[in-house]
This record gives sequence, structure tokens and C-alpha cells, in this order.
Amino acid sequence: MTTTITRATAGPSGEKIRSDLVVRYEPGTEPLAVTVSSKVDYLYGEAIEAAVRRVAAALGVATGTLSVEDFGALEWVILARVEACLRRAGFAGEPVLPEPSPGRVPPRERHRLRRSRLYVPGSQPKLMLSAGLYGADGIILDLEDSVAPAEKDAARLLVRNALVAMDFGDSERMVRVNQGEAGLADLEVVAPHEVHTVLLPKVERPEEVAEVAARLRELCGEEAPFLMPILESPLGIRNAYEIAAADPLVVALTLGLEDLSAELGAPRTPEAWESFLARQTTVYAARAAGVAPIASVFSDVRDEAGLESYVRRERALGFDGIGCIHPRQIPVVHRAMAPTEAELEKALRIVAAAEEAEARGLGVVALGSKMVDPPVVHQARRTVELARAAGMLPAEGGTEED
Amino acid sequence: MARPELVENAAGRLVPAEVNGAEQVPFRGVGGHRPSGRKAAPLIRTCLDYPEDGDKRVGSLREALEQVGLADGMVVSTHHHLRNGDAVANMVFEAAAEMGRRDLMWFPSASFPVHEPQIAHMESGVIHHIEGSMNGPLGDYCTAGRMRGLGVLRSHGGRWQAIQDGEVHIDVAVIAAPTADPFGNANALDGPAACGLLGFALADSIYAERVVVVTDNLVPFPCLPWQIQGNNVDVVVEVPSIGDPAKIVSGTTRITQSPDRLRIAELAARFCDAAGIVRDGFSFQAGAGGTTLAFAIFLRDIMRERGVAAAFARGGSTKYMVEMLREGLIGYILDGQTFDLDGVASMREDPRHVDTSPFTSYNFHGKGNFASMVDVAVLGATEVDVDFNANVVTHSDGRLLHGIGGWQNCLAARTTMLLVPSFRDRIPVIVDEVTTLCGPGELIDVVVTERGIAVNPRRQDLLDAVAGSGLPIRDIHDLKAELDRLCGAPQRIQRSRDPVAVVKWVDGTVLDTVWRIG
Repeated sequence: MTTTITRATAGPSGEKIRSDLVVRYEPGTEPLAVTVSSKVDYLYGEAIEAAVRRVAAALGVATGTLSVEDFGALEWVILARVEACLRRAGFAGEPVLPEPSPGRVPPRERHRLRRSRLYVPGSQPKLMLSAGLYGADGIILDLEDSVAPAEKDAARLLVRNALVAMDFGDSERMVRVNQGEAGLADLEVVAPHEVHTVLLPKVERPEEVAEVAARLRELCGEEAPFLMPILESPLGIRNAYEIAAADPLVVALTLGLEDLSAELGAPRTPEAWESFLARQTTVYAARAAGVAPIASVFSDVRDEAGLESYVRRERALGFDGIGCIHPRQIPVVHRAMAPTEAELEKALRIVAAAEEAEARGLGVVALGSKMVDPPVVHQARRTVELARAAGMLPAEGGTEED
Repeated sequence: MARPELVENAAGRLVPAEVNGAEQVPFRGVGGHRPSGRKAAPLIRTCLDYPEDGDKRVGSLREALEQVGLADGMVVSTHHHLRNGDAVANMVFEAAAEMGRRDLMWFPSASFPVHEPQIAHMESGVIHHIEGSMNGPLGDYCTAGRMRGLGVLRSHGGRWQAIQDGEVHIDVAVIAAPTADPFGNANALDGPAACGLLGFALADSIYAERVVVVTDNLVPFPCLPWQIQGNNVDVVVEVPSIGDPAKIVSGTTRITQSPDRLRIAELAARFCDAAGIVRDGFSFQAGAGGTTLAFAIFLRDIMRERGVAAAFARGGSTKYMVEMLREGLIGYILDGQTFDLDGVASMREDPRHVDTSPFTSYNFHGKGNFASMVDVAVLGATEVDVDFNANVVTHSDGRLLHGIGGWQNCLAARTTMLLVPSFRDRIPVIVDEVTTLCGPGELIDVVVTERGIAVNPRRQDLLDAVAGSGLPIRDIHDLKAELDRLCGAPQRIQRSRDPVAVVKWVDGTVLDTVWRIG
């Protein structure tokens, strides 16, 4: 096999680049030359050159010139950008993965809190550095809408390296892949690196879910990441239940209102009547399939009050969580997802009654003279869990101060 | 320049024994130095030598400088109330150059990038050297070793100390006044360049041999209130403009949108709450920097929730502080500088919004000062080491980056917190040893980063108070280890042994040295 080696570049363009770098490869016949210019070269010049040479060696680059213009990127970013540049130039080979984060990666869980999920663009390493600090229930490293078509290949490598090198705390590690073939290629690169859940955009038919699920099982076996399909079209909404029930790997179902309202020809309004059926359908389909219904994002970052009422409204429709596009939205979402004191008080009484009934071996839970059905008990337990997550109750098993 | 003798001070730093011809006292430890003797004073003057009608105006700044006898080798001071909008300091040295003066020492209360033209005056010999904060182009010039004398960096309080104990004797002080009368009474509350107050020029007006007031808003006598007293002023000059209002105060102060900075500010405010600092009648100091401003906002929310009010706040005032004053969350603002137009208006109209000076707030030779009465001060830093020593003047590569400002003085607060990102552009902020020592670790209690809060082990009381609060309290060594892993271990930097500037401690002793680079 002969591949033509060409000139290539990787990295962001424009001004005010931070925590990132631009890499250029120029083919040539002389032994490989590496030049580094960096605002941190007095502290990291040698380390940057060493990282560049490691990637070059792994991809069999022996000649030409690699020049790096660095703006304070961490090593995992440097490794990804150099790899992207060299692959674009036509080189191939095993990647150089960064040093893994020493932090414990929490196990994937089918049922867990999914109140907030923070979208982080997969092409912007700067925004990934602190993503794990904000206490989001999930972090979505996004390869789809926030990444320009020409940057998909590089974003894939950045996301892979971030999954290896960065500590995302207790957040659910999620990746939104692209549609179709590009999405399957995304999975090859990122799925083996402890991804908990994969978001599938613009799903319209259950077969699309089944195809991805099969591919994930091939790549990862029984520990394959869970799936969260996103409904973004009238057809997707029409097939909501079949999609939610398409494969046991599906754990949640969500919807994207921007694309949906465009297809409907019904622009988004604050009252959101244009998407009422879609939102309700998503909740019904998810609940029927036994998965979590998750609401769309709220896009005005500065409008905290608007976000709060949005979250309360979606919660009232039955949604378990909301998408966040800025870390500042996370505490607002968590606050608005918390039950009211009255809801909590009622839930606590139901749970206590259920526990008492269980202890006494009774099949029927009663609260006063009223019988309480199992779904109500289940919902009460969820309310208590949400209250605990919101800090309204002491941590489970914990009486820390007394 | 002959290489001066270096001695090791009590902090273990090598410092010059002599600076610009004057013998120095190396840092002796916090509280280890008590100078004695009498305070410095200007020569006796007599009212017979001033116009009986009180009109001290002359036609131009050059005439004023000629009248006060500006001579070669003199010390000339200016002030930074007008920040990066200041036009007066540059006018002074242009006039001095026209007059053919040489070897002047410029003694600004701070310099800004707008003062870059002073480089040409240093090259041509008009200015010999600068004693005052240097950053941007001036910082680079000094750090490259191109200045003839050594730079001397002092805190706002340290500048007052140096003037008062005679370490620096000002020959001519030129005060840019947003409003003044022909007698020389001046304030900063009105006029196109209104900036609130003139506290940084107050010592100069009292202790300099000669005082020139330059204004673009002349009002009839009496200019009230007289933040600068005309009885100390020799000459008054009217000019078309003393500065660019757009660069003096901002129309509106915006809070940072950086999620990391907001997180740091919020953690700091929650720490104060958990530590029991936020209680009725407490006091705090907050600046207008992105993170410290956001800190005040989070503090405000906590105060509202708790139903408590601060007895007073020291600041750097902004519209947010003003709103807190009006809401009753702050009893008084004791203001050192005003950062936006709301702050200026409030100082003009609200008697609870008081102008202060480094004398009231920071002075080492005062009979007490406000800084030590503040419950909590939040500050920034470029580096902090694992013993909580901190740097605020140089970049990690040793280049001069900021002045000390009131930073060293604020360390006297009961609790001092540094609000810093854990790393900047891959460069860890928590290090083994700071590049330049500006604040001894024994005075720094808490370091708040987006990755966690480190409490100085000397403050077991704080550690006990916040235990069980759910805040991410971490050992500073753990934080540093995480940063070293994230950023990678930095290379060793080769530094020269040629001093280009010294950092003074608040008492006038030499705390550390800035070394030549390149």
C-alpha cells in the first residue's frame, strides 16, 4: 500500500487561542525536524518537543518538518493535535495515548441521577479542562453539532485523549457521536475508553439504535456503553416508543427541539406549545420502555430565572433531566429539579409506610385509610432520592455531625 | 552597573545590600523591624511667598515646573487615579525633556501601559530610573536590565512609609486633579476625568517639597470637598485634558462569565460562610478584579439569605458594592479607589461612602490602620508555594507583571484568601517555590482554586470551622500534585544574578529581588 504524504495542519485558527496548539507538517527528505514556539517554552519547551517526537515515531514519521505553535496546551491535547495533523498528512499507526488519570472512573449505571448533562464541544480542549468540577450528573463530550465538519477527525482524537487523561469526577461520561457512518467511526475511537453512555443524534427508526448497539457490543462486549437516542424530527417522535425499546442498552430518551421545530415549521416560543406533543410523547415513550425521559437544553445562558421555570415546567411533564450548555446552569437545574418541601414530606410518609409494610410482611401499602399502589411507592422513592441529591436530606447512611 | 553585594534575608532570599546608593535593611521577618527617629518633612514655607488672592495659576505645566525649580536628579511623583487613561505623567516628562532636565527619578504610585513613552525618556537620560510598579512595556524594559537604577516595588502602604520615614524624598509632586480651584484645593468627584478620590496623592501633597496641581476642570474657590488641601499646593495649572475618561473608570462593571472564575469566587464566599466569617457586623475587602468582584456578589447572596449586614467594606468600589450599601448590606464603604461611574456618583452623594488613603488604610507608620481590622480580604496572586508564600509582581518566567498595590497591606486582615486559578496556560499556580516573594506565607490563610480550597495549617481554627461543610478542602500538597500531573513537571529556569528591582515589605525592608532576564 502506498499512501501519498502531503502537507497538513491541525488546530484552531483565529486569535486568542488558549490551552490549545496549531501543528503543521511539511513533507521533506531530510530527517524529521521539530520546531516549537510556545508562550510556555521556558517551562515546557523540551516536554512539548518530546511529546511531538513520540507521536511522530509512533506514526512512522522519519522525514519532513513538524512545527508547533503552542498556546499553553496540556500534553494530552498536544498528543491529539499532532496525531490529527499527521493522520491528515497521510501517516497511519497506533496512537500515543496520554498518561491515564489516576482518579477512579465510577462504574456505569443503568439507573442513576440524570438531572443535568453538560455539553462540552469536542473540538475545544480548553472547555474540557474543568468540566468535571461542576458536579453535573453527566458530561457530554460532543462530536456532533458543536464540531465543524472539517474538524470531526481531530475532535474524535481530542475526546479520546480527554477520556483517558481527564478526571470527570462522579459525572456520567457521555459522548454524542455523529449520525451514520461518521458516528460508527467515532465509536471505534472513543468507545473503548470507559464511555458510560453514547448519545445518538437525530434517531428516526429503531434499526438505527440496533445497529449502533450491535457495533458497541462488538467493540466493548457486555460492558458496552449505554445509549441515549435523541429525537429531533417528527418521524423520530412518531417512532419514539420503538426507538426507546429498540435495545436493552438504551437507558434514556431525549429530544432536540431546535431541529424539531425547524422541521415542523413551527418556530420555538417561550410557551412551547409547538413542541408540547413531542415532549409529552417522549415522556410517555420513555416511561413505557422503562427508560428515563430527558428534556432538551435551555439556550439562554444569562437567563437564570427563565431556565428555572423551564426546568420546573419540564419536570412537571415528567422529565428527569435537562441539557446544560454552560456550567452555571447546573446548580439552577439541580435546584429546580428538587422536589418541594410538601412533595418531599408526602414522599417520606409513603416510603415509611412501604418500609413498614415490608417489615411486617404485608403485600399492601397503606397510608392512613388509603391504599398506595406500587408505582406511587416507586415515584416516592425517586422523590426522596432527588431530595437527597439536592441536599434536602442528610446523605444516605450518614449522620455525620451527631 | 557594578553588581551590588547580595545578602540573605530572614525569608532566605538573596537581596542587594544597597539600592540606588542607599543602604538597605534586609527583611527581618513579619513584625521584625521598627525604625526610629523623626518623620521626614518638607522645608518650612511662608504664606508671604504665595499670592494673597489665592490664585496660584500659571500658564503651562512647563512654567509650573520652572517655577518650582525642577532640577537635574530630582524625584518627581505622579499618581495612578486616572489609571490607563492618565495623560499627566507623560506631560510632566515631556515638559522636563523640553527643559533639558536629566536623571530624574520617577516615583509614581503605579504605572500603566499608557506610560510607555517613559522608556524613551529613560533612553535619552531624562529619567534615571523608576521606583514604583512596572508592568507591560515598562516591566519588560526593567526586567531586561536596561534601566540605569534598580526598580523599587512598594505596596501602597509601603509608599507612604517610605515617604514618611525619609526613604524617598519627593522634590516635585504633580497631582492630576479632576476638579480643582485656583488655590489648589482638589478632588476627583466631578469633571470629565472624575475618578472618585485622590488618596494615592495625599502623602505627596503633605511631604513633597513642591506640589503642582494639574486640572481640566477649574472651579472657583472653594473646591469642596478638598481631598487635596490647597494649603499644601505651590502651583495650579489648567490644561485641556488630564486624561481619557473611557480608560479611567468604566461606564459599567461587568461580572466575569468564566465558569472557573465564578466557581472560585463562589467557593470563597461559601468558605467565608462556613467559617463563620459572614456574621452581623463583619467586614470585608473586595476588589474589582474579575474573581474578587464575583466574590462580592456571591457574598451578597449569602448575606441576604442569612439576614446579616457588614459593618463596613473596604474596596475598590463598583456599582455592586454601591447597591449593597443602598440595600443596607454594608454600613459604610471605606473606598481606596473607585472603579466605575456608579462608584464615583455614590462617593459624591452618599456620606456613608467615604474616600480613604493609604494612610488610613495601610500605613506602617500610622498608629494602627484599617487593614488589620478587616475580617476577610480576598486577593489574587501569580504563584503560591506549598508554604503559602505568594508572588504577585512577576510572571513565572520572572518578568515584571503587576505592581504590589495594596496587596501586601491587605495581608494584615484577620483572614486572607487568595483566589487563583490552579493553572494558567499549563503553568501551575501552586509551586514549590515562588519566583518572587511578595507575601510571607504566615499571613496567607486560604488558597481557593477551582480544584479545591487549601487552608494554611497554621489556621487550625478555620480547618475546624469548615469541617463537614461539604466544601472541597484539600491539602495544598495534594493540589500541587494534581497540577504537576495535569501540567507536567516544568523545566528548571536559569536566572541571572543581576538584580533589576527589589520588592519591599510593608515596613521598608527588602523582601526579595527581581533578576535580569535575557
